[in-house]
Amino acid sequence: MVRRYITVKGIVQGVGFRPFVYKIARENNLKGWVKNTSKGVYIDVEGTIEKINSFTYNLKHKSPIVSKIEEIIIENRQLVNYKGFKIEKSDREKDTVTLIPPDMGICKDCLRDIANPKNRRYRYPFTNCTNCGPRFSIIQKLPYDRPATTMDKFQMCDNCCYEYMNPLNRRFHAQPNACPSCGPKVELIDNCGYKIICIDPIKEAAKFIKKGKIIAVKGLGGFHLSCDAKNKKAVQILRNRKHRPKKPLALMMKDIDTVKKYCNINAKEEEVITSNKRPIVLLNRKISQLPENIAPNNNKLGVMLPFTPLHYLLFDENIEVLIMTSANPSGMPIIYRNKEAIEILKPIADYFLIHNRDIYTPIDDSVVVVTLNKERVLRSARGYSPVYIDIKNKRNILACGSQLKNTFALSKNNKIFISQYIGNIENLETYNRFENILSHIKKIYNLTPSVIAYDIHPNYWSMEYAARQDIEKIPVQHHHAHIVSCMVENDIDDNVIGITYDGIGYGTDGSIWGGEFLLCDYKDFKRVGHINYVRMPGGDAATKEPWKMAISYIYNAYGNEVYKYMPRVLKDRNIGPVLYMIKNNINSPQCSSMGRLFDAVSAITGYTGRITFEGEAAILLESMADMNENSRYNYDIEFKNEKYIINTNRIIREIIKDINIGTGYNFISNKFHNTLIDFSVEMCNIIAEKYKIYKIVLSGGVFQNEILFKGIYEKLLDQGFEVYTHKIIPCNDSGISLGQIVIAGANCEN
Amino acid sequence: MRVITLAHGSGGRVNSDLISNIFFKHFQNDILMQQNDSSLLQKLNCSKIAVTTDSFVIRPLFFPGGDIGKLSICGTINDLAVSGAKPVYLTAAFIIEEGLNIDTLEKIVVSMAQTAKKANVNIIAGDTKVVERGKGDKIYINTTGIGIIEDDNRILSANNIKGGDIVIVSGTLGDHGICVINEREDLGISVDIKSDCSLLNILTQDILEVSENIKFMRDPTRGGLATTLNEIAELGKISMVINEKDIPIRDEVIGMCELLGFDPLYVANEGKLVVIASRDDAEKVLEAMKKNPLGRDSKIIGEVIDDNRNNVYLKTKIQGTRLLTMGEGELLPRIC
Ligand SMILES: [Fe+3]
Ligand SMILES: [Mg+2]
Ligand SMILES: [Zn+2]
Ligand SMILES: [Zn+2]
Repeated sequence: MVRRYITVKGIVQGVGFRPFVYKIARENNLKGWVKNTSKGVYIDVEGTIEKINSFTYNLKHKSPIVSKIEEIIIENRQLVNYKGFKIEKSDREKDTVTLIPPDMGICKDCLRDIANPKNRRYRYPFTNCTNCGPRFSIIQKLPYDRPATTMDKFQMCDNCCYEYMNPLNRRFHAQPNACPSCGPKVELIDNCGYKIICIDPIKEAAKFIKKGKIIAVKGLGGFHLSCDAKNKKAVQILRNRKHRPKKPLALMMKDIDTVKKYCNINAKEEEVITSNKRPIVLLNRKISQLPENIAPNNNKLGVMLPFTPLHYLLFDENIEVLIMTSANPSGMPIIYRNKEAIEILKPIADYFLIHNRDIYTPIDDSVVVVTLNKERVLRSARGYSPVYIDIKNKRNILACGSQLKNTFALSKNNKIFISQYIGNIENLETYNRFENILSHIKKIYNLTPSVIAYDIHPNYWSMEYAARQDIEKIPVQHHHAHIVSCMVENDIDDNVIGITYDGIGYGTDGSIWGGEFLLCDYKDFKRVGHINYVRMPGGDAATKEPWKMAISYIYNAYGNEVYKYMPRVLKDRNIGPVLYMIKNNINSPQCSSMGRLFDAVSAITGYTGRITFEGEAAILLESMADMNENSRYNYDIEFKNEKYIINTNRIIREIIKDINIGTGYNFISNKFHNTLIDFSVEMCNIIAEKYKIYKIVLSGGVFQNEILFKGIYEKLLDQGFEVYTHKIIPCNDSGISLGQIVIAGANCEN
Repeated sequence: MRVITLAHGSGGRVNSDLISNIFFKHFQNDILMQQNDSSLLQKLNCSKIAVTTDSFVIRPLFFPGGDIGKLSICGTINDLAVSGAKPVYLTAAFIIEEGLNIDTLEKIVVSMAQTAKKANVNIIAGDTKVVERGKGDKIYINTTGIGIIEDDNRILSANNIKGGDIVIVSGTLGDHGICVINEREDLGISVDIKSDCSLLNILTQDILEVSENIKFMRDPTRGGLATTLNEIAELGKISMVINEKDIPIRDEVIGMCELLGFDPLYVANEGKLVVIASRDDAEKVLEAMKKNPLGRDSKIIGEVIDDNRNNVYLKTKIQGTRLLTMGEGELLPRIC
């Protein structure tokens, strides 16, 4: 007989870990106990060596799907002759590092329960077990126990209690465990606040959906606005009321067969969309009967499967596809409280399908895409967040993240915590959301930052925020943060060539960057190349109106002959004043942004509107591309001031020549993409040759462009480079906080 | 063409001719004509004297709705008026760049004289200096204003501002700044935007007459409405909530701002007023303002809240809240 004292760290709480330990301990006839603490799970077992070995083998290799073991420490102890095997009460301790598990989509077993008329949870919308259901969104503090969640107010009935106490039950210590007789309840409310009296509010809501009504549905992490996606009129009403003219709307489809009916989906995509994380997956749409106004001018649809029992029940009534867009007026953070929902969404929703299980921490849907057969997270939230990363780091650091698509990061004890997607910090509501989530996480992990990392952009919200904190300050350049975020994710910490293609980031020379080649390590970077500077007439106004960028690029290419070469689509624009602004540098900063180059070419090839969502013009250009065109435009790479500059003038001139001879926009778009791929690869060759670095890291939001991303990746690989890309960390500005925190860690005083 | 030479500022014959033929001729009044080293005034019959000074630098010198002369009088008079003072005297000092057309100078001086007359004040002292070509921008004018406060109780102070008070503006915003940049930059846009440059002393009188409960007034000049509201918030140690949908701005100004990438709330005005009044009197004050031609487009745009962060919150048209900060530095692009 021997005794082993085992500590398990990682995501081991709220994921059925203790019942699992209980089960394998009993199977191996071991005595002792298992206990949850805020430091992890402690196990004390006695038994024969063989049985204990088999126990630890199972512990490592058969743990619950959702759990994630990071570390197992096994110590020998003196025998004490335990009698049975017990699950002991949770301990509260200081210095917490236990990781909070994310929320999970409903599991197959629970789905069976709600579909079975004989089950006591038949059609019960809050059915869950240790393998599924809410976690992160309902946890108020650690350790994760029912009283520390928003389920505290529901007293379990005898049946539920029995399940909860029985280590062999799937609901053993399932903290949100509930049933129709003791748990949360749904209600349907109209937009005057009156309760709709009915037997089954979900059925009733489904009826309204079929009639073309818009329903605000309370999900796991917040409210959605929902309507019948096949009802074009209803979709349009939703768009109008939400002031969201063109941005694609997310869909929820009844089941995987429905997804296959409307989208082309490969095995990897199927695996991702059906996973218990249940993200929104961007899928190639088939030509179908679905109304165009779901995602105008877009080859992709954002689709997810139902992730709570409530969502499954909504689909019962012959509904196949629902719009499920997060419920917030444009630009505002997701709404998650009943009162606030009814107040704010009154002008948008006709009815509210709400319930009394409170959401403590709001969290959006995650968005992922499968590219090069790998899952790539574009928005890390429900099911994915929080994200934890191990790194050597002594100080407690707060990284503020970016202005748009904000996330923040905190570090403690060699561990980095990255928050869920918070949103664009362009209004007070989103800023307050940032503060609330930050203070919640700081409290949960008992963490006080002594260093703050933030973007060097003088007009970003974080500049003022950092100024108010009386701790060590480390400003970080935007694109350096992008590249480092990708380095960390890929576990490389030596020198790399980073390509960042994105919209906008403030450069160390006071200009706006976004088409950059940087030599990077964690500590520092050197800008060795970029796209040529052009002016951004009106600053942000040029981002909102891509035609202004077109004029800027055309002026750069032709100088004073600009009018002679102005393409027809731009002729009726107010060109004079914009040219004047460019020439005389009136509110027209220089930029080297790939995003703005895309905008310009999109405007030259017919995008006439004002941008209503980020990347709109670029997405249109990408979706036009004809993939059979192999040629490209000419460009020049010049060496100036120790930097390689990609001169785009010939590209622009040749595009305009193509337009004048009547070349189709779809060919132009593809040729343009080919050109970007070629100059990117050529730049890498030149820089690699000079600096003897052959590791290339790709980051920045423009890499969401699949043609560009695949093209650059494959060509670089072909030429023998090591190429690193984003997977779990978004390539867009949601990844900035991770880059900032690692750079700050490398630069702060020890 | 007669132009200003260095001699015009040298203190000799040419200099005194200029003074007589231009300044005395147009500014003429008994006190100025004393021609003393300093002008001697009768004792002012009031409880307090208000003094303010301002320098005026603008390109172009003439623009639709005004010129540097009119501006130099309005600016100083308005600073007196918003403090609740009745303007009585002005001084004027000129720094002229060698080469300025004398006819241009005279036009400016005539404009100053007319504006001063309209405001019922005399220009009672002055000075002229000439700087070498290239050392100035045609002409700079400094004016100092003296006003009287007849009733101590009418001294306006930001300390009186309280939660619940109402914020009123006297008309459309951004006209001056946009007019001037359009003229200066020769953008080739024909828009009908005139500077709002005007005297506010009658309007402020109307306001003070109709209500005992005016807390504070200020003219939102450089830095625009947003900057002025921030100054008030800081001075009064209060915060404000402003409703974007209620802020009067001309379509032409919005269009120009969109083109140029400016925020109209940060664009300069030269004849507008921000009034903070008690809630009970707000309607009454608004009505009185609307009766005055300069306040025809007056609007209630928001209210004061008890919040010691001294912030100005803008409720946007799409229900969001933006923090309007002090306009500082360059506007740099932020959106992706
Ligand atoms: Fe970025
Ligand atoms: Mg002044
Ligand atoms: Zn389950
Ligand atoms: Zn129950």
